[in-house]
Amino acid sequence: MSGAWFAVLATAAGCYGLKLAGLTIPERLLGNRWLRRFAELVPVALLAALVAVQAGAKGSMLVFDPARLAGLAAGVVALMLRAPFLIVIIAAAGTAAVLRLAGIG
Amino acid sequence: MRDGILLGLAVGVSGLAFGAAAVSAGLSVWQTCALSLLAYTGASQFALAGTIAAGGSLLAGSAGAILLGGRNALYSLRLTGLLKVRGPARLLAAQGVTDESTAFALAQPDRAAARAGFRAVFASLYLTWNVATLAGAIGAGRIGSPQSFGLDVVGPAAFLALIWPRLAAGRAERAAAAGGAAIAIAATPFLPPGAPIILAAFAALVVTLASPPPAPGTSAGSAGDGRAAS
Repeated sequence: MSGAWFAVLATAAGCYGLKLAGLTIPERLLGNRWLRRFAELVPVALLAALVAVQAGAKGSMLVFDPARLAGLAAGVVALMLRAPFLIVIIAAAGTAAVLRLAGIG
Repeated sequence: MRDGILLGLAVGVSGLAFGAAAVSAGLSVWQTCALSLLAYTGASQFALAGTIAAGGSLLAGSAGAILLGGRNALYSLRLTGLLKVRGPARLLAAQGVTDESTAFALAQPDRAAARAGFRAVFASLYLTWNVATLAGAIGAGRIGSPQSFGLDVVGPAAFLALIWPRLAAGRAERAAAAGGAAIAIAATPFLPPGAPIILAAFAALVVTLASPPPAPGTSAGSAGDGRAAS
């Protein structure tokens, strides 16, 4: 088995194991309200971090991509106007695509 | 559940970018597809392909990818009370835990909708992501840049739309989100890609300790935690 296959399978096994680990935690631990509160807030913090990094970073570098940021801003405007989910996505991706077509970003 | 299926389709299309990136990095088409089928967690897959492409070692690539997958353990920890899956179904449900399915399930008003939403996103995204991966891997180099279609904005815009209701839910949620984003950006130049996201969990810890959770019996009634429905 080549090294690349080993890396692929190790990554797959590790990622799956982590997903399963959270689902098999003993029930009584979830009765703890502090842990429960923490588990509620974690996805919010992590997803917000993901949005920030995807908006302003490329690898380990902070980047300023006007088209990408404008796209996200369009998404925020759509959200504030209570637009449906798909409209938010189209507004964001469409704005970025149009700006790039115009040579920006 | 229509929104869940649409979310899966919209985000799954970025599997094209992963397929192309992984093959360009030097993985075979089969290896690329195996990652999407088995690991099925986009950020980790991109991290592995990116490390290989940047000339990093396979070991470092795997370690970084698995580290990045650590947030799925936190997601499934959050979902376990909501999904209430038992036995072999748990083995299947585990594979479905991703940023998208978690965010979508938590955005639902009650437990039944959360379970249906989770399944809808899982089915739709798994199928789309894998078909798109195969197409991207085969067509690597022949398709235009995904960026020219604004596809790189689909992910963050979707995540933002999905946590939006949570941000409206309370000050603690907004503090956790702002803290998490700030930590991740501040840490990005100093840590390997992926690690800053995990570090953002620290914001959730600080907010938890700083704002005592409601005592049992005085449910805050926050949407999506399932208690309101039971």
